[in-house]
Amino acid sequence: MRYAETGYNLEIDLATGNVERVETDPRLTELHLGGLGTNAKMIWDRVPADVKPFDAENLLIFSSGLLCGTPAPGANRTIVSAYSPQTELFGYSMMGGFWAPELKYAGYDKVVLRNKSPNLVYIWINNDKVEIRDASHLKGKGAVETAELIKKEINDPGAQVAAIGLAGENRVFMASIEQGRSSASRLGLGAVMGDKGVKAIAVRGTKDVNLAKPAEFVKLCEEVLDYIKLREENPVPGVMPILAGLGSPQEMKHIDEKWHTENFMWGNSRVRRKDFWTKEIAEKWKDVQLNVRTRLISCYNCPMKCGAIISVPGISTYMMKCFSKLTYAMAAFVDDLDFGFRIAQRATEYGVDGFSVPQAMAFGFELREEGILGEEYFEGCPSDNEGKFYWMLDRLVRREGIGDILADGTYWASKKIGNGAEKFAHNNIKKHEQLPLKLGMLNPVYYLMYATGEKINITQIEGQFPQSPFPTMEEREAFIKDWIQCPDDKFKKYLLDWELRGEFANPTYPTPEIASDIVDWQEMIHYFDDALGICAGLSSFPLKPPYHIHNFPKIISAGTGMELDEEGLKEIYKRNRNLVRSLNVRRGMRRADEVPPEDHWKKRFPELEQKLLDTYYEMKGWDNDGIPKKESLERLGLDYVAEDFEKRGIIKNG
Amino acid sequence: MAKVKKKIKTIKIDLDKCNGCRACEAICSAFHATPKYSSNNPARSRIRMIRDPLRDVYVPVYAGEYTAAECMGRDKYIIDGKEYDECGFCRASCPSRDAFKEPDSGLPLKCDMCEDDPPLDKPLCVKWCLNDALIYEEREEEVEEDIKAEDVQIGLESMVDKYGMEKVMDTIVRMSQKD
Ligand code: SF4
Ligand code: SF4
Ligand code: SF4
Repeated sequence: MRYAETGYNLEIDLATGNVERVETDPRLTELHLGGLGTNAKMIWDRVPADVKPFDAENLLIFSSGLLCGTPAPGANRTIVSAYSPQTELFGYSMMGGFWAPELKYAGYDKVVLRNKSPNLVYIWINNDKVEIRDASHLKGKGAVETAELIKKEINDPGAQVAAIGLAGENRVFMASIEQGRSSASRLGLGAVMGDKGVKAIAVRGTKDVNLAKPAEFVKLCEEVLDYIKLREENPVPGVMPILAGLGSPQEMKHIDEKWHTENFMWGNSRVRRKDFWTKEIAEKWKDVQLNVRTRLISCYNCPMKCGAIISVPGISTYMMKCFSKLTYAMAAFVDDLDFGFRIAQRATEYGVDGFSVPQAMAFGFELREEGILGEEYFEGCPSDNEGKFYWMLDRLVRREGIGDILADGTYWASKKIGNGAEKFAHNNIKKHEQLPLKLGMLNPVYYLMYATGEKINITQIEGQFPQSPFPTMEEREAFIKDWIQCPDDKFKKYLLDWELRGEFANPTYPTPEIASDIVDWQEMIHYFDDALGICAGLSSFPLKPPYHIHNFPKIISAGTGMELDEEGLKEIYKRNRNLVRSLNVRRGMRRADEVPPEDHWKKRFPELEQKLLDTYYEMKGWDNDGIPKKESLERLGLDYVAEDFEKRGIIKNG
Repeated sequence: MAKVKKKIKTIKIDLDKCNGCRACEAICSAFHATPKYSSNNPARSRIRMIRDPLRDVYVPVYAGEYTAAECMGRDKYIIDGKEYDECGFCRASCPSRDAFKEPDSGLPLKCDMCEDDPPLDKPLCVKWCLNDALIYEEREEEVEEDIKAEDVQIGLESMVDKYGMEKVMDTIVRMSQKD
């Protein structure tokens, strides 16, 4: 019997309609755990390096993490992987909600889609029964609407549906996959799904997920729950409210938006409005939010409440997560939160990334103001800020006129527009829009994460180590006292030494060596989460989370029966980290691509930045160009990667 | 019938506090697996989330008695402007729906308040609901002693209802014959 995982994948060839239940090799779990790890392995093995994101050979994989469907709190992530149309690199995006556990209960660890369907279809997985059904009647329907219609059609309210909206159908490079209260938004995987002709995947399962050492596993889960309770009652002092507790940055719960609205940039990541949060705004926004927010909701088997049901009068109800309540309003310079909730509803139905799309729209209007885009592109565009953005959103997801150009994101759009537009796509890393955040002093840890993070987006890389030093020694000492999550005591010293000003402050401290250590720790936990399907909100993202390097090996061992200690688990992290990097290296990614936006920090230190990269690469066992060295690959059992690199001349023999 | 002192166990449900996470379902099914916790499958749980997020319907319901017949009523409730579906509050394992039945056998399930030896300090669904949507209460009461039907009997009754006594008897005879 297989434990924690089902041991079966569902392979669907969309061109022929062939459906197969394929047994997987348990050794792969030992090497890569599951989720992201085995997705990366599958793409390495099966998708040639030169396949374009919209080629039929691009695989689209929906994977549940290794622990999804077990009682492990917060184990509910679906990890969606394919080559991304936006970055053209390996794209992996996570969504919470209820889909992944349901897939496990249906008896599968992954759904692997290959080739393309000639007509729009949806897939209905009901335990062993798998159907590919016609979806022509769902063409153009909203993502939330589609899920509801499918649940009625199959007459199963318990089914979980992952669907794309119009944006995915039209292969908008920023299209998301929406599901329940979550979405896989980053890197345009919704466009790949649309390209394959799949409108939705509905799943329902009533089978068992087994555990190897049941009593031990549940005891560990209860320790996690106890710790969550303790953490909820004891927020971390001295940090901003969204960092004090657990969960995703609970946008739905918090009403005070001073920090986001005054520190993030408005428009096309241009303007900081330092005095935005007045008393009147605070009161008005509070009223709006409490009026539309019907209930705070969670993902499967998690006590936190990071999402909300939003019912704005006059438009259909939807579920909001994360940060999209602010992104549209801030990009459009609309000071009314009501607009944020309204336009986010339309955007959710369309199925688009709530970070990138507002940026791309603001970018379009900026080019208009600058005269780079002529008025002919804006015929019929309303003049008010709200109207303008609705107008643009409708065009963008339909790929009409200017919308067709912006639908590829700011990087590709600026290339197409030319005429100096490239200067305005100033907030990208590896062709992908970053948070509208521009800061003063270079922060070495963040520099490394921005530059080298394979997930491309910063919010999904950070965590674990405080973002800024505590002013007093008492606070630092208090913080490290119960820092059970630390992999090594050296991190406590790093924190104690870290000052607000002077020699032991940014940018010279943390030193390149220390910054690399910190980034390595943060990455490590993210790689575990993405392989195990644990929510970052209970693990890699917040300070002092319930999951960490010291309990993960025990939890995985008790769940799967695999013998695993901390060292063994760290090896798996390194293997997965290097495999993901290698996928991108094989597609041409090099040091020259690892560049944060030019104006991301006001004060830059070119020499230090190079030193940071050098040190980080060195520590990872990569060469000076960010390419994993032969011996590093071989040490991790990735000999086949080394061989491939040699054959391609990416690494030279010896 | 004789009166005896009995501990009455109840679970108070606060719908407003439920976030729809289904942790209660997960742990209930794990607790009732054999061996205990060895598997997890919400379809085997004795508590069921009636969950319709877009209509803000979040109702945890405990499995109650098995019933052979469908009820006559098909009521709709409107509470605080929300409409609850016909069977939303019903605890019965009945022929008209899948809730509270073992997915493989179709046998009825019933909440047993996590009977265990030694007894747990509170039922597991309550323990796992960190949102306090489920609140455990205990009180002593004088009640008439009743003879509790065992799980096996309830299960058999449901099979008899489904297939007829003859077929069930035949099957049992066949199963008991050694070859
Ligand atoms: S912490 Fe929040 S986002 Fe994460 S699983 Fe729980 S409810 Fe979902
Ligand atoms: S555990 Fe509590 S909050 Fe979660 S679904 Fe059950 S009753 Fe609701
Ligand atoms: S009290 Fe125990 S048996 Fe009853 S629903 Fe809760 S967990 Fe299940």
